Amino acid sequence: MAGVSVTFTVNGREVTATVDPRTLLVHFLREHLKLTGTHIGCDTSQCGACTVHLDGRPAKSCALLAVQLEGAEVTTIEGVAGPDGMHPMQAAFKEHHGLQCGFCTPGMVMMGIDIANRHEAPDEATIRRELEGNLCRCTGYHNIVASIAAGASSMRG
Amino acid sequence: MKPPPFDYCCPDTLDEVLTLLAEHGEAAKVIAGGQSLVPMLNLRALHPGVLIDINRLPGLDHISLEDGQLRVGALARHKAVLESAAVSEASPLMALAYPYVSHGPIRNRGTLCGNLCHNDPASEMPAVALASGAEMVLQSAGGTRTVAAEDFFTGMLSTAAEANEILVEVRVPRAPAGQGAGFHEVSPRKGDFAYVAVGATLQVADGACTGARIVCAGVGDGPHRAYAAEDALTGAAPGDDAFRQAAAAAADSIDPSEDFHADADYRRDLVRSLTRRALADAASRCN
Repeated sequence: MAGVSVTFTVNGREVTATVDPRTLLVHFLREHLKLTGTHIGCDTSQCGACTVHLDGRPAKSCALLAVQLEGAEVTTIEGVAGPDGMHPMQAAFKEHHGLQCGFCTPGMVMMGIDIANRHEAPDEATIRRELEGNLCRCTGYHNIVASIAAGASSMRG
Repeated sequence: MKPPPFDYCCPDTLDEVLTLLAEHGEAAKVIAGGQSLVPMLNLRALHPGVLIDINRLPGLDHISLEDGQLRVGALARHKAVLESAAVSEASPLMALAYPYVSHGPIRNRGTLCGNLCHNDPASEMPAVALASGAEMVLQSAGGTRTVAAEDFFTGMLSTAAEANEILVEVRVPRAPAGQGAGFHEVSPRKGDFAYVAVGATLQVADGACTGARIVCAGVGDGPHRAYAAEDALTGAAPGDDAFRQAAAAAADSIDPSEDFHADADYRRDLVRSLTRRALADAASRCN
């Protein structure tokens, strides 16, 4: 099938590529840009491991075609740290050990940042409800919820 | 590559979309949010020759309440619909059902009209559309027609939309004053496909039920309206006796599909329980 040229921004950097229309965003990120922090779990938008931010809001990159993103801004887990090191949400996951195997963690952090952006001081019930679309098979979520609460608190300063 | 190969077009105008649909017919598939379509492509359950992306079309993301109708355009995202004042005012049933529609990140991208066109049998919104007497506005190069929800949902993942048509808008009549609504669902995980969902609306006058709508999802090829259960309520005093009878009639009216999650008996039990709960909620919200 004919390749299609697409230009969009990934972690603040403009990217132009000619892609096969069937290329999923998650494959584009991992295989073309070598940004392998975004993980592939289910390929059917259920698990949330591939969560990125699309124009500032969380989206599942396995359910997006790269070709659809002309002009869009995408942020991946590689793009959240600042010049001084980890993003406060990443630091909170480290501090509160919000992971075991780590596979779901990039998606959890991206979702956690969005939860903190939309809720001033998210309580446990809010965080658990907002995490409906992110599955973790290790932790039982306890430390993930604690990490997001702490990360949200640090993000407010 | 997960999805099968296809060509891709991203037109700037509706006229171009209609021309492409006329040209490609069954080989074409329209993509808006793509939140059901892309997973189906990933599973290779679909093999479209050409994908027609409508995301650049102007003026199709409207959510408005005019002339007693809620009107939602083809590019209105679930999140915008869910949060709109027009929806809570015009369709309390839709507002109650919306939190069950998938997850936040999916709702950011997916559209109501796309959801209706997908017509997954476990999906909430086709059932809401059926209960609400919604109309689908279908456009093709040949013109525009309106199809009632009861004629639109024709079976498993299929609708009355022809291959050359696109659903440009769904119109939902404003719920009558005093109508109460209830919606309940059981699914393996929140936001996952429903084993069973039941929506109910109820009107009460002079101590008797004057109008009821009961719809189920997850029980067959598409949204199911339990006419016998509605009839059982007409004229009855709203209360647990009447709701139990209606719930039994609803459970009798289905011939549920079975899978390894839920067999037919379990789905009938769920219809019975959820109908009773949805009616009790609806009655408590009548005024």
